[in-house]
Amino acid sequence: MNFNNNLPIYIQIMDHIKKQIASGELKGGVKLDSVRELSTKLKVNPNTIQRTYQELEREELVFTQRGMGTFVTEDEEMILKIRKDMASSLVNTFIREMKDLGYGLDDIIEIINERLRGD
Amino acid sequence: MANIVEIRDLSKQYMRTKALDNVDLNIKQGRIVGILGPNGSGKTSLMKIIAGILRQTRGEILIDGLVPGPATKAIVSYLPDRNFLYRWMKIDDAINFFKDFYEDFDEGKADELLSFMNLDRGMKIDALSKGMHEKLNLTLVLSRKAKLYVLDEPIAGVDPVARDQILDAIIKNYNNNSTMIITTHLVRDIESVFDEVIFLKEGVVILQGNAEELREEKGMQIDSLYKEIFG
Repeated sequence: MNFNNNLPIYIQIMDHIKKQIASGELKGGVKLDSVRELSTKLKVNPNTIQRTYQELEREELVFTQRGMGTFVTEDEEMILKIRKDMASSLVNTFIREMKDLGYGLDDIIEIINERLRGD
Repeated sequence: MANIVEIRDLSKQYMRTKALDNVDLNIKQGRIVGILGPNGSGKTSLMKIIAGILRQTRGEILIDGLVPGPATKAIVSYLPDRNFLYRWMKIDDAINFFKDFYEDFDEGKADELLSFMNLDRGMKIDALSKGMHEKLNLTLVLSRKAKLYVLDEPIAGVDPVARDQILDAIIKNYNNNSTMIITTHLVRDIESVFDEVIFLKEGVVILQGNAEELREEKGMQIDSLYKEIFG
């Protein structure tokens, strides 16, 4: 994993894990790597991984069982919600950048329709 | 948490050259701290003073509450920025050398690290590549059960595979009871390992802080910040 954008590393790892949860790559109830495992895998300070897991827990996307580890939430609605949140944030970015390019809403819809038909 | 290193108004002068100029630093126990600066910024002088092998010209330094001396050397494991092993040795001799020298040397751990680093006891020091040298030196230094590890440029001039092994070894061997101070000018390769960073410029501490807070506050990675400060 490359940490090359301008955000703190714990946020970049959070986003990465959220994406894995949203896409179903990490299924509900699955155990995450231990702090030490992920720390070694990503070559990131263990305290940073700890922070990542704490923040994910605060957002109720994962839960910790004492002595067992950290697990992905089993709440399907929650998983659908992050999926939707991530999709809408992508769409928002897309629309903003298209507007910056001077496209109106109708033009944007047309471009998308064309592209979808083309595929 | 307690400070493992406390430094007040510390200066080091070599004849007319000021290597360190009124440095004030506290380093908390259980952290991995990066000391960042280009060559000649005073990093190695500071490391040597912390390791107890160089004396300051002025100011005060305490390691775990003690003035540097035999008692602090017993709890500080120091990786110098150049080779410290005799060329006639085999790795096996180097292990025995460390075992004789340091009471806290853990031979089992050394064997574990050697195999992790793809080194073996029969190899001759003379025949090791630069990357293998660094891996061996780090193996020896991390095999001590020290309270404070002082690593001067552990990844300078090694290939990417060796670098990854070194970073892995550093992370795997870190625990909350020990502290690591690591100097580097190769910030991008290692910045994600640091809790705290200290920027040293011409012997002066010009910026220090928690790495994640600095990324947040400055809106950039530590590597970009380094380039902004020193570029």
